[in-house]
Amino acid sequence: MSKQRKAVSLISGGLDSLLATKVIQEQGIHVEGINFFTGFCVEGHTHAIRKKDQSKEKRNNALWVAEKLGIKLHIIDVIEEYKPILFNPKHGYGAHLNPCLDCKIFMVKKAQEWIVENGFDFIITGEVIGQRPMSQRKETMPIIANESGADDLLLRPLCAQNLPETKAEREGWVKRDELFGFSGRSRKPQMALAKQFGFEDYAQPAGGCCFLTDATYSHKLADLWQARGHKEYEMDDIMLLKVGRHLRLSPDFKVIISREQGEGNFMQGYRKQFISLKTTSHAGPLALIDGRVSEADIELAARLIARYSQGRAEEQVELEVRQLSGETRLIKVKPMLAHEIPKAWII
Amino acid sequence: MEKISLKLHRMLCPMPVIKVQNCVKMLPPGSQVEAICTDPGVLNDIPAWCRINGHQVLETRREGDEYIVLLQVGDEQ
Repeated sequence: MSKQRKAVSLISGGLDSLLATKVIQEQGIHVEGINFFTGFCVEGHTHAIRKKDQSKEKRNNALWVAEKLGIKLHIIDVIEEYKPILFNPKHGYGAHLNPCLDCKIFMVKKAQEWIVENGFDFIITGEVIGQRPMSQRKETMPIIANESGADDLLLRPLCAQNLPETKAEREGWVKRDELFGFSGRSRKPQMALAKQFGFEDYAQPAGGCCFLTDATYSHKLADLWQARGHKEYEMDDIMLLKVGRHLRLSPDFKVIISREQGEGNFMQGYRKQFISLKTTSHAGPLALIDGRVSEADIELAARLIARYSQGRAEEQVELEVRQLSGETRLIKVKPMLAHEIPKAWII
Repeated sequence: MEKISLKLHRMLCPMPVIKVQNCVKMLPPGSQVEAICTDPGVLNDIPAWCRINGHQVLETRREGDEYIVLLQVGDEQ
């Protein structure tokens, strides 16, 4: 009796990895999923934070895909290990701060380590040649295989027929003629295959869950690094960049102002880490001050925050200023007028 | 029987799932893990993780701002 071969599949939660996994399962291979959490795959976080999104289904797409396929899913925290990739990507950034090619190499490398530790035979991904302008091109496919160290243990079932044979095909673990030769940006072949497998509900677009591909988010991250004078971040930084309006009033500090109640509730959890302000005379946002501030800076921030409160048209708005120690005091300020807020403040 | 309580306040999914997963790995079958979270997403994600990995959810409940999931470690790790 031949040995039961085992593959690990990189599951992003999108359609391509769902299909790639299913194609290999159909060939009798035991497949388990692996999902790497860099800290930037945060779609679900925003849903959890914003009140207007509370009614949205908060499913984790990678878990949902694994359940759909009936496979185990191993979610690996790579937050710390991922930092050097983001700080200094060998192959550079994409349109924003997305180091897509280095990221893919990193993840395949981690998967390669995982199969060695866990006695699996090969790795599969949902990559398709030409699907993505930076990381999924004909030229990048061998780079990913080589630089990750996976070499011919990396099989891309959806475009395998356009690539050299891998070990899984050569050894007869999988039949090459039952794999696919997809290429290009069109999603039609994947959608047709999904239909063939009976998958009607799946996440769109494939793999688009990384905040680093978002222009505004990347801009806020670049601002954070510039203000601190070095590239570094903690998980709380990543989260707060997704929450509220960010306005940098001086090189020394920025103000994060909640846009609605859900964000305000979430930001309350940070009141021991940041000086916070909240309007008391009128309904208004919660704001955090990130950086070093003088008394004059706090008053300037208070005037800005008052602008976003229900008292914006009043002569005076009262706010509570809370220090890191928990000590509070009240201040009264005149809300800023719209034209007093320089566009350059808005990050 | 071992029972572990994890306080996972302010963590957003999938971090609570990762913490539960890493805790469960260390425990023998039959042990219980109680995850006390503030992200409502855990009410979907932890049970989904349990279903695909062979663990049993004994209870999910909300207490004020906390979302609590109690699970029992399955036989097959």
